[in-house]
Amino acid sequence: MAIFSTNEFKSGLKVMLDNDPCSILENEFVKPGKGQAFNRVKLRNLKTGRVIERTFKSGDTLEGADVVEVEMQYLYNDGEQWHFMGVESFEQYAVNKDGVADAALWLKEQEVCTVTLWNNVPLSVTPPNSVVLRIVETDPGLRGDTSGGGGKPATLETGAVVRVPLFVQVNELIKVDTRKGEYLSRVKDE
Amino acid sequence: MNDWRPSASLEALYARAQLLNDLRMFFAERDVLEVETPIASRAGVTAPYLDNFTTQYVGPLAPQGLPLYLQTSPEYAMKRLLAAGSGCIYQLSKVFRNGEAGRWHNPEFTMLEWYRLGFDHHQLMAEVDDLVQQVLGTEPARCFSYNEIFRRYLDINPHQVSIAELQACAERAGVAYPLSMSQNNKDEWLQLLMTHVIEPQLGFDNIPVFITEFPASQASLARVQEVDGVWVGERFELYVEGVELANGFHELTDVSEQRARFDADNRQREQLGLPLVVIDEALLGALAHGLPACAGVALGFDRLLMLQQGFEDISLAISFPMLRA
Repeated sequence: MAIFSTNEFKSGLKVMLDNDPCSILENEFVKPGKGQAFNRVKLRNLKTGRVIERTFKSGDTLEGADVVEVEMQYLYNDGEQWHFMGVESFEQYAVNKDGVADAALWLKEQEVCTVTLWNNVPLSVTPPNSVVLRIVETDPGLRGDTSGGGGKPATLETGAVVRVPLFVQVNELIKVDTRKGEYLSRVKDE
Repeated sequence: MNDWRPSASLEALYARAQLLNDLRMFFAERDVLEVETPIASRAGVTAPYLDNFTTQYVGPLAPQGLPLYLQTSPEYAMKRLLAAGSGCIYQLSKVFRNGEAGRWHNPEFTMLEWYRLGFDHHQLMAEVDDLVQQVLGTEPARCFSYNEIFRRYLDINPHQVSIAELQACAERAGVAYPLSMSQNNKDEWLQLLMTHVIEPQLGFDNIPVFITEFPASQASLARVQEVDGVWVGERFELYVEGVELANGFHELTDVSEQRARFDADNRQREQLGLPLVVIDEALLGALAHGLPACAGVALGFDRLLMLQQGFEDISLAISFPMLRA
């Protein structure tokens, strides 16, 4: 695997740190006029999601991490694992609960999402920024309310709960922003 | 990158021009002479943590080619003028430092450097403070010794502490230090703590902070003296809002001591695996002839403008930073 020096550090670079794959978030060059130059780096551990800070002497190196993001179609959940298939490779991957994490709230069968692979093993799953899901449970709204103000909780087919306007009813399809977990709009049933 | 536009706004360029003008007025009122010295010079800088850009001249006078170093500061040439009898001088010049780029660094930048005959570093600090008060509207600066500032923020005596204790101190302060930290160069640890813990807290609430009495091992081109049984460099640095703005010396005038420091720099370069640098014999010639007692300071002009205008990135202070140059 490639070796990267501090000069090559930039946001998004995937490197190995303490035996875990990490993604560089920020890289700040710090140098006293008359002294040693340092790089203060913020990284996200791609296994745990934790953000860590680490300082390097300018010129230090880290090994690159074989991390790639692959478009995959979500196939099904067998009760323990979520199964995906590469859109281009047709290769199948199984992801456990820790790997899927909160993405499970937004995964609908056939949906295409991004799976992050480390050494060809799934690390995490990122759902599309917005998904269309059916409401399976919500209180009947008040008649005539179309303002969208207020709102009520609605449970979606994936089990996620989002706040929706009062006029939205059971069985309707809605579009949801998966990053914020927020209702965006109603979608006409086809 | 093909963006032809400047990264600085037109307002910033007006402010920059105004500041250049104000600084020239400041020195005119004090009878300090403006000078210009070469940017491309036959000698470079031995300091281990500075890296010259180099280039080569070929043509009449040097048909075989003459290596030239772009100056990291105009210090050596200005000292030659002082030795030649120039009196007090200042310069606003472009300087170059390879390998330095970031929010507060562009490899090419503008330095304000000046020398005052008969001043020691305390008198020069007072003048730097006057200048900064005029430009930034700050309150009078506070001054701490290196020892005081380490005691204040880290509760250690930097002159007596061991590397093992500095390592423990970094851990207590939550600094995730590099695995490659030296096990025999104490200054590297002191610089780590200074840049990561102390500096970011200095010079806020409109009160700049001077630090003086650096360890003799960081004296650079400053004189050394014994204070409370410890040898310290008669050097100062100025911090404003967590940023190192200026670096001044009560200048070393002793030619044999200067040669010994250049040699020590090159020995350290050897240890660090860096190329050795040809010593500037012209500067040593000037010192041998006699450099008048003086103090000198280098102040980052672009950073001064950034602080005055509240810019968060040096690219807002200069028309075309490296990737647009």
